[in-house]
Amino acid sequence: MRRILPKRGGWLLLFAAVFATLFAAACGGDDDDTPASTAAGGATTASGAATKPVTIGFLYVGAVDDGGYNQAAYQGQLAVEKLPNVKVIKAENVPESAEAERVMEQMIQQGATIIFPTSFGHLDPAIKVGEKYPNVTFLHQGGLKTSKNVGTYFGASWEANYLAGIAAGKVTKTNKLGYVVAFPISQTLLNINAFELGAKSVNPAVTTTVIFTATWCDPAKIAESVKSLKDQGVDVLNQHQDCPGAGIQAAEKAGMFSVGYHVDDSKLAPNGWLTAATWDWTKLFVDLVNQVRDGTYKVSQVRQSMADGVVKLAPFGKAVPKDVQDLVLATQKKILSGELEIFAGPVKDQGGTEKIKAGAKQPPVTELETMNYLVEGVIGKIPQ
Amino acid sequence: MTIAETVRTRIGAPAFGGPQLLGPFVRFGLAIGAAIAVFSVVLLLDGTNPLDTVQLMWDASVGTEFGRNEVLVKLIPFGLCALAVAVPARVGLINVGGEGQFYIGAWAAAGAILYSGAPGPALIPLALVAGALGGGAWAGIVALLRVKGGVNEAISSLLLNFVAIQFVNYFVYGPWKDPSGPNWPFSAKFPGSAMLPVVWGDRVTLAIVFVAVGLVAMFLVLRYTRIGYEARVVGGNPLAAERSGIPVARYLFLAMVVGGAIAGIAGMAEVTGIQGRLRPGISVNYGYIGFLAAWLGGHRPLGILLAALLFGAISVGGDSLQLGLDLPGSTVNILMALILFAVLAGRKNRTGVGA
Repeated sequence: MRRILPKRGGWLLLFAAVFATLFAAACGGDDDDTPASTAAGGATTASGAATKPVTIGFLYVGAVDDGGYNQAAYQGQLAVEKLPNVKVIKAENVPESAEAERVMEQMIQQGATIIFPTSFGHLDPAIKVGEKYPNVTFLHQGGLKTSKNVGTYFGASWEANYLAGIAAGKVTKTNKLGYVVAFPISQTLLNINAFELGAKSVNPAVTTTVIFTATWCDPAKIAESVKSLKDQGVDVLNQHQDCPGAGIQAAEKAGMFSVGYHVDDSKLAPNGWLTAATWDWTKLFVDLVNQVRDGTYKVSQVRQSMADGVVKLAPFGKAVPKDVQDLVLATQKKILSGELEIFAGPVKDQGGTEKIKAGAKQPPVTELETMNYLVEGVIGKIPQ
Repeated sequence: MTIAETVRTRIGAPAFGGPQLLGPFVRFGLAIGAAIAVFSVVLLLDGTNPLDTVQLMWDASVGTEFGRNEVLVKLIPFGLCALAVAVPARVGLINVGGEGQFYIGAWAAAGAILYSGAPGPALIPLALVAGALGGGAWAGIVALLRVKGGVNEAISSLLLNFVAIQFVNYFVYGPWKDPSGPNWPFSAKFPGSAMLPVVWGDRVTLAIVFVAVGLVAMFLVLRYTRIGYEARVVGGNPLAAERSGIPVARYLFLAMVVGGAIAGIAGMAEVTGIQGRLRPGISVNYGYIGFLAAWLGGHRPLGILLAALLFGAISVGGDSLQLGLDLPGSTVNILMALILFAVLAGRKNRTGVGA
């Protein structure tokens, strides 16, 4: 029997498809390598920190040059690496499934006694592995629960997103903002809500349209969402994605303004860049590692804010007029001093129900992190 | 179009009877050797010593007890997904749909566990049956299209993978989302009675027995039964098979469905053995790697076992490239892809010899 031509074509197609699928994971972070803006300068060695050699493992859900979430955390890793007698091992592209368990166990096999699982979905695997290795300390980024040896840390990025919202609310011409979001977890909802509240504080007519992409980093999906927002008249893009670079570029091309996230991606949008909520994990990571090493670490949910320096506002782009910059910076001062509480009542959800009563103070972070609604002025539904 | 004509548009090479000149071991060695050779060049270009790399991967996968156990953990999805390709391949069908059948099997198993209300001891058998039925039904779509409509099963099964993944996503993002979870896309946690018992090490579950049973059954059926014989005839020369009265269409249909059922069981084994709940991304390309393993193993039980072990070792050892050598996380994908190249190139040779 001879081969038949169309079959050969079929094989090529098949081959291409299998090949493409195998590589899909690898291509997630194909943005430009954006050098991190966060300096490692915040690293301080706590006096008396143990200098016994220690191995520390870092897990990332994506690539550490993703121009976003993982890159920001990687800057923290680099600061930890500078500590004396520290050996760091890292693993990129670790899925948020039982795969992460194996990677963490392999790190422990290699001597790791402190592990940073840095993605939200790494929490359950960390707790599971933690049960087996009670002497290993896990420091999870963003987790909403703890176990005996698994603590968490995170930062109030919504504070910076409130400020970005002020800038967005001032520069928008259509009064329509857009937010491309990965998953509808409380931390993303906090960002969206703060952004809308910030924008509304200076521009009552403004709305924020939300699109959920259901992946942390899918540049094609992000770009598609940006296009659909643009078609709806949105002229300011904000994102809660691990790799916002693709979206920023798409927005720039479409003539929209951009608010970035995680790192300063301003060079991707020379015209439309407004600002961004960025992370500076360096000091917190170093502090946590030092605490674990000298035995003072207690498992807890560490939550830091802009006042602690974990969350920063990226430099403004030229699209933000001077008076708006001044307004944003003045508001930042009020947040830093505690004079302004972003989620002080009244906060109404999309249906007009008062979720935080008028006159109520801003709930504590633990309570904020149970947020499961979008505020009035946000368009779009939390997928149920 | 008669069935025979339909069948004739199938892949030309009878194959799977296998070439006599190149034994599976030789083919195996050549493919892996070639892939590693090219991979070494890539590593050298990166300034990494290939010998260190291979040594490290060996140590991480075969050289430690933990590594060996993890390879066995991977043998479960890889072995079952390879069987899901090999069974249809014996009648000449190309099943690229293992990934989707895996997801639907996992979905059906999860549904049975969470929503059937069955008592604890019944959960595992029920999930097993549900997984097999789910995967089988999903493959049944492909089989029907193939037998009734003459639709190329390689294409339809591949495309259905994406449908399956979205289908499962719909449930975990929507109606099946864990009500007590942080709005995170996964189902509620399965009760302990629904989890496959661990039979070896920390994570090797009873599903390893499914793999063994599957491989042995395939061997016995093909070698000693009439069904196996007729299936091989269908795969080797469908026209002759039809002329000699073998119900070719029935064989094509059943082989595809059985393949899908096996992939469905792999999905069931993953959620009840490893993940403990249904979530997106439960398969790390298991269906596709199983496909590679089946082709590398010549669709024979022993070959599949070896190939599945090999891919298990590569994926477990692949972690060490990051952890030990600080190579980018995607490096191991290069090696996997190179093996794919080598297998495909080797296949061309084979048909040259065998056809």
